Amino acid sequence: MGARLALERSAARLVGRLSRAAGCGGGTTLPGKLLWKVDPTAIDALAARLPLGSALVSATNGKTTTSAMAAGILGRRRRLAWNNSGANLASGVASTLLEAKGAELGLFEVDEFALPEVMRRTAPRAVALANLFRDQLDRYGELEHVAERWRAAVAALPRSTTLVVNADDPLVAELADGRPAALRFGVDDARVARAALQHAADSKYCVRCGTPYDYAAAYVGHLGDYRCPRCGHARPVLDVVARAIELQGLDATVFDLVTPAGTGRVRLPLPGLYNVYNALAAASLCLALDASLDDVVAGLEGFSAAFGRFERIDGGGRGILMLLIKNPAGANEAVRTLVEGGVPPALVVALNDAIADGRDVSWIWDVDFEPLLERAQRIVAAGDRAAELALRFTYAGFPPGRLEVVPGLEAALDRGLALVPPGGELGVLPTYTAMLQLRAIAAERGLVKPYWEGAA
Amino acid sequence: MKVRVAHLYPDYLNIYADRGNIAVLERRARLRGHTLDVTGVGPGDGLPDGGVDLFYVGGGQDREQALVAPDLAARGEAIRAAVAAGAALLAVCGGYQLLGRGYRGRDGSWLAGAALFPLETVAGETRMIGDVLIECSFAPGAPQTVAGFENHAGRTLLDPGAEPLGRVVAGFGNDGRSGYEGCRVGTAIGTYLHGPLLPRNPWLADWLLARALENAGAAAALEPLPDELERAAHAVAAQRARARGGKA
Repeated sequence: MGARLALERSAARLVGRLSRAAGCGGGTTLPGKLLWKVDPTAIDALAARLPLGSALVSATNGKTTTSAMAAGILGRRRRLAWNNSGANLASGVASTLLEAKGAELGLFEVDEFALPEVMRRTAPRAVALANLFRDQLDRYGELEHVAERWRAAVAALPRSTTLVVNADDPLVAELADGRPAALRFGVDDARVARAALQHAADSKYCVRCGTPYDYAAAYVGHLGDYRCPRCGHARPVLDVVARAIELQGLDATVFDLVTPAGTGRVRLPLPGLYNVYNALAAASLCLALDASLDDVVAGLEGFSAAFGRFERIDGGGRGILMLLIKNPAGANEAVRTLVEGGVPPALVVALNDAIADGRDVSWIWDVDFEPLLERAQRIVAAGDRAAELALRFTYAGFPPGRLEVVPGLEAALDRGLALVPPGGELGVLPTYTAMLQLRAIAAERGLVKPYWEGAA
Repeated sequence: MKVRVAHLYPDYLNIYADRGNIAVLERRARLRGHTLDVTGVGPGDGLPDGGVDLFYVGGGQDREQALVAPDLAARGEAIRAAVAAGAALLAVCGGYQLLGRGYRGRDGSWLAGAALFPLETVAGETRMIGDVLIECSFAPGAPQTVAGFENHAGRTLLDPGAEPLGRVVAGFGNDGRSGYEGCRVGTAIGTYLHGPLLPRNPWLADWLLARALENAGAAAALEPLPDELERAAHAVAAQRARARGGKA
């Protein structure tokens, strides 16, 4: 190791310890930010030291869960450098590389905007690109703009890098066209398809000619089995497939995982079809890194959810069921999960508008909250933009007498818990920073561990 | 009274919560004993039989906007005639741009619009993104504010003498320079403000409803509603605009 790099590393590690000691969160990105500022090429050097190279995961939705699933699979045999705290910008990757002593393999979830830079610097062996949905247009810009950046970044990847793509997402599937090393995953089970495309479906016009696709089956948002009636552009042949899917309420999802290495029946301890997509992405990525099918199945079956995405917390005699919502497609899946698994009688929905949530809160109007509103008894609208949420629910026809507006998150959580009978469960649907704050409140009360001690 | 609404291109132009604006109009009409009869109009579809009291055109991403632009331009004469005869119209963001004379892309390309609003839009280098607060004077001596969110690369330039929707208090507005936001031609309003626009600016929703009711032959007077949540949401959004406004 160069003397300069060694010096930078020890200084940056010290900052991480100071940041934790000072009580300002996990200290997960501060050392990386420092290193990133002092010497951005340090990532290249640190990544190059990993004997088994690196793998990246990016997507609008599910990148944290997918990379946690991949860690559960790969971590059975390998020591990983993994950014499990969700610090997914270049600085977060830098921090993880700094902290990972003796790691063999890098596994990084990467923000969709940061992906080109991280791809260039880590020279990954495999990259999983799982989906593109509209998300925080004020921050990321239009979907097509993100896709263009990805296209340019993929074109610059070495031919030997395996590209793992979601074949059910037209904009993402196209990225693997003509690549020698690619794995295409998708769902093939019309019984779990949606009756119609959802309101917020995005890429529903042919990527080649602009004609609306015909869907043989639409699964999550615009993900599905599509074909253009005009030019014939269609979902490519699948390499890794989920079939015979059984959605078992809030507890589990069982499916046949069909791969080039054989077929396994997987009992995934997570609800929702979107988690089948996450499992397919993780399985494909790990197979591309030479994991065995047995390890893939065992890793998926032993999975426990990434913090705050889907989490059950013991709230002292009452349960808390937390599902992150952050954009229309993801929130629609949280709603579907609750509707199919049983809607708790009381809900706290929390909307913040910090940069990480998106300052533009208009997306809540594109979420299909209606099935939830038809079933919920009481709703507490919370967060910095609680009034906006309350308007969303009121104009959807939810009775004002059963709706409360409590902006403060701690007060809203307590009010929600008070609405639940002992032994019952409170549903909590927070945006990203609201989720972090609610988890911090739960951690203060000793109900959960802080996130940087959570998974590892 | 039944209010006939033509929602243009709901499958293409729907990105910033446009259906929220429709939901607000529907409920506020219903609470006053009226009903909204909303017809989605796609490319190539005819307008609803029997006339239209209110047109709604939302916003979309560049790709979807380009897909519907020729169809909208071809409807220009029909829309201009309906508005001249008293129909109300609300166009947001992309819909606002496409109801002007046209959009000049960065590559020099020209996308012709429906030419209802006396304005043109030119693509800029940067996007104008953030919370906006504007002040409107629909009734002399009684200024009212509109709080929303803008996110656009286009710089919209009004013709000399054209009437803006309002004066920018905080944020960018039409072009980030003129100090004006949106455009108004009689009963038609175009604006960059989404969020969506109407839930937290109920006076504007009622103004549009009243114009649509007049066009349908009913009295325009609408009983006031409590609007407590609406005012609370407006106050937070207005505070956001004052505190942070746009960020280029």
